[in-house]
Amino acid sequence: MSSKSTLNEAPAAVIRKAAQHVVQNEGLIFEKSAPGKRGMEIPPLDVPAVNPAVALGREFAREDVEGFPEVSEIEVVRHFTRLSTWNYAIDLGMYPLGSCTMKYNPRVNEFVARLEGLASEHPEQPGEVSQGCLRILYDLQKCLISITGMDAATLQPAAGAQGELTGLLMIRAYLESQGNPRKKVLIPDSAHGTNPASVVIAGYEVQNIKSNAQGQIDTDHLREFVKEDVAALMLTNPNTLGVFEERIAEIAAVLHDRGALLYMDGANMNALAGIARPGDFGVDVMHLNLHKTFSTPHGGGGPGAGPVMVRKILEPFLPIPVVVQRENGQYALEHNRPQSVGRVRAYCGNFGVLLRALAYTLAYGPGIRQATEDAVLNANYIRKNLEDLFDLPYSLPSMHEVVFSDARQKARGVNTMDMAKRLLDYGFHAYTTAFPLIVPGAMMIEPTESESKEECDLFIDAMRSIAAEAEMNPDLVKSAPHSTRVGRLDEVAAARKPILRWRPADEKELAHDA
Amino acid sequence: MRYLPKSPSERHEMLKAIGVGSVEELFQSVPEKFRLCAPLDLPGPLSEMEIIQYFQNRAAENARGFGSFLGAGVYRHVRSVTADALVQRGEFLTSYTPYQAEISQGTLTAIFEFQTLMCQLTGQDVANASMYDGSTALTEAVLMAQRLTGRSRVLVARSVHPEYRQVLATYARNLGIEIVDIGYTQCGQLDRAAIEKAKLGDAAAIVAQSPNFFGVLEELPALAEAAHPAGALLVTCIAEPVSLGVVRPPTEADIVAMEGQAFGVSPSYGGPYVGVLATREKFVRQMPGRLAGQTTDAAGRRGFVLTLATREQHIRREKATSNICTNEALYALAATIHLCLLGKEGLREQALHNLAKARFALAELEKIPGVRRVFSGPFFNEFTLEFPRSVKMINDDLLREKIIGPYPLGTHYPELTKRAVVCVTETTSRAEIERMCAAVRRILERPV
Amino acid sequence: MYPNDYRYTKDHEWVKVDGSTGTIGITDYAQHELGDVVFVELPKVGAQLKAGGSLGTVESVKAVSEIFCPVSGDVTEINPALANAPEKINQDPHNSAWLIKLRLSDAKETAGLMDASAYEAYIAEKSKEHSA
Repeated sequence: MSSKSTLNEAPAAVIRKAAQHVVQNEGLIFEKSAPGKRGMEIPPLDVPAVNPAVALGREFAREDVEGFPEVSEIEVVRHFTRLSTWNYAIDLGMYPLGSCTMKYNPRVNEFVARLEGLASEHPEQPGEVSQGCLRILYDLQKCLISITGMDAATLQPAAGAQGELTGLLMIRAYLESQGNPRKKVLIPDSAHGTNPASVVIAGYEVQNIKSNAQGQIDTDHLREFVKEDVAALMLTNPNTLGVFEERIAEIAAVLHDRGALLYMDGANMNALAGIARPGDFGVDVMHLNLHKTFSTPHGGGGPGAGPVMVRKILEPFLPIPVVVQRENGQYALEHNRPQSVGRVRAYCGNFGVLLRALAYTLAYGPGIRQATEDAVLNANYIRKNLEDLFDLPYSLPSMHEVVFSDARQKARGVNTMDMAKRLLDYGFHAYTTAFPLIVPGAMMIEPTESESKEECDLFIDAMRSIAAEAEMNPDLVKSAPHSTRVGRLDEVAAARKPILRWRPADEKELAHDA
Repeated sequence: MRYLPKSPSERHEMLKAIGVGSVEELFQSVPEKFRLCAPLDLPGPLSEMEIIQYFQNRAAENARGFGSFLGAGVYRHVRSVTADALVQRGEFLTSYTPYQAEISQGTLTAIFEFQTLMCQLTGQDVANASMYDGSTALTEAVLMAQRLTGRSRVLVARSVHPEYRQVLATYARNLGIEIVDIGYTQCGQLDRAAIEKAKLGDAAAIVAQSPNFFGVLEELPALAEAAHPAGALLVTCIAEPVSLGVVRPPTEADIVAMEGQAFGVSPSYGGPYVGVLATREKFVRQMPGRLAGQTTDAAGRRGFVLTLATREQHIRREKATSNICTNEALYALAATIHLCLLGKEGLREQALHNLAKARFALAELEKIPGVRRVFSGPFFNEFTLEFPRSVKMINDDLLREKIIGPYPLGTHYPELTKRAVVCVTETTSRAEIERMCAAVRRILERPV
Repeated sequence: MYPNDYRYTKDHEWVKVDGSTGTIGITDYAQHELGDVVFVELPKVGAQLKAGGSLGTVESVKAVSEIFCPVSGDVTEINPALANAPEKINQDPHNSAWLIKLRLSDAKETAGLMDASAYEAYIAEKSKEHSA
C-alpha cells in the first residue's frame, strides 16, 4: 500500500465488523413542507368554537407559526427513520467511550416506563393517588443507598452535573450550620469539566490540585492544601484514568480532620457496584449517573438523572421534596424541611429515568456484582491486548476503563483524534479523546460489561490494525473517516459563522445534500 | 444473566489472556477492608415478566383512568404513537451525544430541526439543543441576563410558577443575585406600577411568565418598554407552549425559557421533560447548552456539528456559561417529531380547541352558585376560580369520583386560599367537563 | 519574522510602542499553537488594563486562551476587522490583526519584556520541550 493513499482509495485492512451499504439521503423536514399537508388529526371539537381574536383580544392573537412544517405522517416516519440510520448506537455495537459507561439499555425498561398509570401521572396530583409512583422512588432510593453504603438520598437532580451542584450546595449548607461555609473546593486536574463548573455555581472558588506521578491524588501533600478555607475535595473514584484511589481512606481522614468534606463524583461507579461502597471509605456525599451505571438510555445526549447520596450529617439539607415513608406505610413527599437547600428543579425529578434505573436494578438484584466484574474483566482484557502497541502513561492497574496515549503514533504524525476517526471506518464509535487533561493525546477506553468477548476481540483487532496503519500508512489514518456518509466536517466555519437554524432563504445557498 | 453476553468458558479464556487466575485479582487495587464479602441487600433478581408485574402493580396504585383538570406547568395533550415508535428506534434511543459528527448526523439533523422549530414558535433568533426543563431553563436565562448586563438584581413576577421561582432562588443564593418579588393586579397580570417603583436601573431583567401560573397572559410589549430603556432585559418563560399556536410569540423578550413537555412528552410524574432556551442572535455566545450548527465537509456535503463549544464546561470548565452536560436530547427529538406530525395547521387547531374548551368549562363552572372567576385578564387554557370553601376539601371529594381537581393556589399563595387554577385541554371531552361541573355542584350543595 | 521594534511576553503577546500609544497583538507562535481562530473577545474602549491582567480571550474550535496585557493603559481602539474575520489573526498576527491600542500609563513597562531575538530563543526552547 503506498503511503500516499487518497481519500477514495479502499483501505488496505480487512474490516470485519462493518461494510458499506446503501443508506437513504434526506433533507430537512422544512424542505418537504407544503401548505395543506398534515401528519396528525385530533378529534372534532365538541364544544362551541371561539374566535381567538375575540377571546384573547387582537393584541394577543397570532395567525399561525410561520415556517412551521406541513408534512404527512408517512413523510415524518420516513424522515426520522432515514435520519436514524445515519447514527451509530449501542444497539449496533460497542461504544468504547471512557467514563460514559455505554451499556445495554434494556427494553423492558422502556415498556414499563410507558405503562398507563405511570407515564400518565401528574406530579402535582394528590399523594393518595400517587402511591405507586412514590413507592418506585422510595424503592429506588433504598437500592441506591444499599449499593453506595450511604445513608440518605435525593432523586431530584436531572443529571450528573446538577447532582454535583446539589451536593456542593448541601456541603455549603452544612458548613454554614457549623458556622463557616468556607471558600474553596479542591479539584484534581484530572477532573471532568462539570466539576469546576458546578463549584462556581455553588459560590465556591476552584482550587486545582496537581495529580502525582501516578495520576492520583497527591495524598502526601494533601494536608498542605486542605487549609481552613477549604470546604471540600471533589474526586472521582476510580479516577478518570480508571484507577482506584487506594489511599482514599487517608484522603477522607485528612479532610475530616480539618472539618472539610469529601465529595465523590460517581461517574465511574460501574467499577464498584457490588464490590465496594463509597460510604465505607469515607465519602460524605456523592452523585450517581443513572444514564451511565444504571443503564438508562443516552438518547443522543440525554435525559439523565444524577441522584445524590449523603451521609447522615447532610440529610437535613436534602432538596425538597424528600420521599419518605410514613409510619402507616404510606409514601409521601415531604416539603417541610427547614434546613433544606431548596429545590434544584421543578417536581421531584426525572421520574421516567428513575423508573428505568429501578427496573435495571431489580433485574440484577444482588447479582449486580457480576456486571461490575465483567466490566472490569473486559477493560483489562482490552488493555492486555493493546499495551504492546499503545503507550500506557500510567501503569497502575485499571478497573473498568483504560487510558492509553497517542505518544507512539505521534512520531508518525498520527494523533488520538485521527485514530478515533479511523475507528469509525471499522464500524465502532470512537473512544474518548483528549480527556483526561493530564494525559496529552489521551485514548480513554471503557467497554462496559455489555460487550461480548467477540465484540471485544473485534475492537482489539480494529485498534491493532489502526496501529499498523499509523506505522505504514499514516495518511490513511489522518484523513479518516473514509466510509461515513459525511467526512470530517468544517468545524471552523461552523464556529466562525454559526448557522443555527433553517431559514427559507438558506435553500439557495446550500451545498448539495449528502 | 441475560444482559451479560459471556459464557463461563469465555470469562475463563479472558482471565487466562490477562494472566490472572480469578476476577478477584483484578480488584486488588481496592483495599481489602473495603471489598464486600457478602452480596448487597437488594431486591431481585427478577425476570422480565416479574419486572413488568412489579411496575404494573405500581401503576394500579396511582390515578390511572382518572379525569383531570390539573395543569400548573404540566399538561395532558395529544400524543402520537407514531412519534413514540420513532423515538424508540435503537439508533435514536441508544445513541450517544453527537460529538463524533460523522456517525451522528441523525441526531444532529434532528437537533437542528428542533432548534429551528423553537425559534419559529418563540419568534427568537436562536435556540439551544435543550435544557433539563422549564424551571432550570428559566434559571439559566436569569444567569445569562446577569452575565449580559453585569447587574445582579432581578424583578420576578410572583405569577411565575412557584416551583420555578424556588429553583431560581436556590441557584441565585450563591451567585449574589437578588430576587425582588413583583406582585400582580386584579387582572392577574404583573403589576407594572410595582415595576416602576423598583429600581430598574440596577436590574438585570424583568422576569415574567405567559400564560402565567394563574393562566393569565402577560402584556410583554409593555414590560419590554419598561425594561429596555433602563438597560434591563426582558426574560419570559412559557410553561404551556401550546398557547403559541394562537398567542403571539414573545418577540420583545430578550431571552425565552420554555417547558416543552406539552409537545408530546408524557406527564410521567414530573419528568423527564424538555427545557428550551431561545434568545437573540447577539446573545448566543452567552447562551448555555449545546448548539447544533450547519456546515459542510471537504466534498461540499451539508452536515451538522455541535458548535460554539467553547461556551461549555468541557472546554471552559470553571468559566463556562453553565455546568450543563447531559441535556434532554431524546425528549427534544420526541417534541420535534410530535410537532412535525402536528404541523402548522394541527398546532393551530389544537390551540383553538384548548381556547374553546376552557371557555366552555369556565361558563359551566360560573353557573354554579358560589363559584366565581378571579383575574379578568385574557387566558389560554387555564383560569382561576374562587370557591366558597376550601379547595382541598372539594378536591378530596372530586378524587372519590375519580377526578383530579384544579390546582389549589393556597399552597404557594397564602393570600389566595379558596382559589384554584382549572386547566382544560383538547383531551378533556365535553362529557368530562360536564361530569366535573355536576360533581362540583353536588359537592358544594352538601353541608360543610 | 518577529519585528525588531516589538516587545514580547512569555505568554506570546507583542506590544509596539509609538510615543504614548501601544498596539497589542498575539504572536505568530501563539496563532500557530491555537489553530484556526474562530472568535476573539476584546475589552471595550475606555477599559483600564493593568500589565499582566487579562485583556480578553481568543478561541479556536476546541480551546480558549486568555490574552494577557503586556503593559498598563486605557483602551483607545479595538480592531474592527476581527469581529467578522477572526481568521486574520492566523493570517497576519503581527500587523493587520492587531487586537487593541492603548494610551500607555507607563512606557517604561516594556523594559521588562523580551526583544525579538530573546523571544525567538524562548520559543525555540519551547519547541524543543514539546518534541522531547
